[in-house]
Amino acid sequence: MSKSLKLYGTLTVAAVAMLTGAYNFADRNVVPMPEGADTLVQAEGNIDSMLIAAAHASDAKADGAFGLGRPALPEEIAAWNLDVSPDGTGLPEGSGDVMTGEELFVENCAVCHGDFAEGVGNWPALAGGEGTLADKDPVKTVGSYWPHLSTAWDYVHRSMPYGNAQSLETDEVYAIVAYILYSNYIVEDDFVLSNENFLEVEMPNADGFIIDDRPETEYGRFSEEPCMENCKDEVEITMRAAVLDVTPEEEGATSEEEATAPATDEATDEAAAETDAADEAPAEEAALDPDLVAEGEKVFRKCKACHMVGEGAKNRTGPQLNGVMGRQMAAVDGFRYSATLEDMGEAGQAWDEEALAAFLAKPRDYVKGTKMAFPGLRKDDDIAAVTEYLKSFSQ
Amino acid sequence: MTVSFNGKKPSRRAVLKGALAAGGAVAGATMARAAGPDPLITQTQPWAQGLGEGVDATPYGLPIRFESDVVRRNVEWLTADTISSINFTPIHALDGTITPQGCAFERHHSGAIELRKEDYRLMINGLVDTPLVFTYEDLERFPRVNRVHFCECAANTGMEWAGAQLNGAQFTHGMIHNMEYSGVPLGTLLKEAGVQTEGKWVYVEGADASSNGRSIPLEKAMEDVLVAFKANGEALRKEHGYPVRLVVPGWEGNMWVKWLRRVEVTDGPVESREETSKYTDTLADGTSRKWTWVMDAKSVVTSPSPQSPITHGHGPLVITGLAWSGHGKITRVDVTVDGGKTWQQARLAADPQDKAVTRFYLDHVWNGEEMLLQSRAMDETGYVQPTKDALRDVRGENSIYHNNCIQTWWVKSDGEAENVEIS
Repeated sequence: MSKSLKLYGTLTVAAVAMLTGAYNFADRNVVPMPEGADTLVQAEGNIDSMLIAAAHASDAKADGAFGLGRPALPEEIAAWNLDVSPDGTGLPEGSGDVMTGEELFVENCAVCHGDFAEGVGNWPALAGGEGTLADKDPVKTVGSYWPHLSTAWDYVHRSMPYGNAQSLETDEVYAIVAYILYSNYIVEDDFVLSNENFLEVEMPNADGFIIDDRPETEYGRFSEEPCMENCKDEVEITMRAAVLDVTPEEEGATSEEEATAPATDEATDEAAAETDAADEAPAEEAALDPDLVAEGEKVFRKCKACHMVGEGAKNRTGPQLNGVMGRQMAAVDGFRYSATLEDMGEAGQAWDEEALAAFLAKPRDYVKGTKMAFPGLRKDDDIAAVTEYLKSFSQ
Repeated sequence: MTVSFNGKKPSRRAVLKGALAAGGAVAGATMARAAGPDPLITQTQPWAQGLGEGVDATPYGLPIRFESDVVRRNVEWLTADTISSINFTPIHALDGTITPQGCAFERHHSGAIELRKEDYRLMINGLVDTPLVFTYEDLERFPRVNRVHFCECAANTGMEWAGAQLNGAQFTHGMIHNMEYSGVPLGTLLKEAGVQTEGKWVYVEGADASSNGRSIPLEKAMEDVLVAFKANGEALRKEHGYPVRLVVPGWEGNMWVKWLRRVEVTDGPVESREETSKYTDTLADGTSRKWTWVMDAKSVVTSPSPQSPITHGHGPLVITGLAWSGHGKITRVDVTVDGGKTWQQARLAADPQDKAVTRFYLDHVWNGEEMLLQSRAMDETGYVQPTKDALRDVRGENSIYHNNCIQTWWVKSDGEAENVEIS
């Protein structure tokens, strides 16, 4: 059956339906308005009237005016109502000491925040910076800046570790927060933090905040009638962005080659990946498929946030990846791997195509407790490509 | 691993520059004369002869491939990774006021999560008569409103405090988008649960790992905050909080919690990470302002600008830009081409809306002279957008957030533009 015939068929059905509808409406007039609906229409913009109208809804499940939703169960509220306020509201019972906290911190937090909470690369420092807030470049840490201890506890408890949130036990959170306090010289090394002494901890910058005073300090000053003519005699350029040159280059489709690429985000990714190619120029081996290597380089953009590869590659959030293919697992000096990966390496396991494919597909399944926050590559093609790319950096 | 061009692909700017050089020969202040018949007119072109694509070639349409440089961009050195990071709306290449969702800036604290409508739950708890749980379907049954609002990250222009740094309106001012939202007033949901008299604040949080919790005074929550599920007529994008986000008109973007999962009525602020250690503004003496929620009036010329240089010859030039205020409606925008010696009132493209972006135009005649371009917004409270120096006089250089200063572009005689500061 041709498309046009199908179309006619649909039209016929629709026409019959319309006629039936018209008949029903005109002759039988049996289509009732929902109770209160006319009031709802009239009351547009008047919430109170709507509340009254909808109060008559017959399927009310809750006590509210619209009767929508259902009462939250105590277990449900307990599961989500985790926030902790400065006065300790919401803080569960428990305790943890500095030394336990140090171990937990090194295991769970140091990969980004450093062993001493000093911060790795661009990741936040949690310690230090005291007395720097009025400097040219203030260092804002839990010790130097955060006004409330509850904020640190709450955030560690609900949102950390990065990529594995809500995996810490209550006592572990107390211990880690105790260690963060210790690394800021706020408590001694024998300190035990608990819900009992929580409010006794004094945060150094507790009095460092004022409530928004723009209405008093700025709005009057910035409300004068603006000058329109002869506002100044001379104008000079005092600073230029081009001097600093920190603006990312534009990666747009301009050449013919790019113009034939699909107009999606990938087009930009491609351009960017190619842009990088000149700098990296991997030492390709004869057996490698150059197209696949190039493809893998694009996929590797996802990995770049944490991993370096190529000349001068260093450990960042993740280990550097030069020569990873064929290498024993957890073998890069100076990188602190998860205990699982350490064990796998010690057992003699090495990274081959199969192992890498399994790890990259589902990192957390292949290495339980891995520190790699990346959820995995969904496409087999991407895994093959990035593997080929990594092979091009064998040493 | 530094990003640099390998010479094969000229940047858009370089291409445009070439076009200017070629065009400059024939284009003057008067109408250009054709050297010969234009083959695009005199010869039958393939698109005029053959057939184009059929319907359904792209069930959900994307911009034509020639526009593939109009995309969000990231400044890699700003953040440790792209999961807890931000990118920028290509405002230099857009017109009108509505930001298409696909190029509206993204800011995540633990990545853009995938949350199905079927798995979505919104809880209202705390100081209410009946703590409630809503499904997505429940939310769609409440009376709905449509409103256009801008969402600006508090850190927009934050890299420019100490000096001109990033060369492009996208990078200096692109942490903003402006969309039409469809949703339910948060006040309707709060009334449904019954707010108790001790309730003075709401604490709102998302379903992602960061939760990005923020405290909002109850008065604001009841006034104009929306629980939104559509933007520009269609479902929110994943990166903007699908299926449900909060819209907090006029207030900093961090409060517009995405993947909204819980609203707790409290008697005081929670003082979460996002409202103490971040999104607080440190002054020159080391004290910091907190609760700086409102985004003050601001504007920027989007074209010409460093990413949108003048590529045509002398003569008519459209100078255009955006203005907005978290205090209400924009009432006026002034533009200067001489670094602030004299100002002209710009033409507003449409009646300004409350806490929404307004488009302005200055129809100018350009004869190749260098320009120091600035725009200055005023809002209905009488507030006048300040200069960068005036802001620094009050705050110093370390407040990171809420930089709403007047922006300067130095447009050179070849039409190229650069981000500068002036005396």
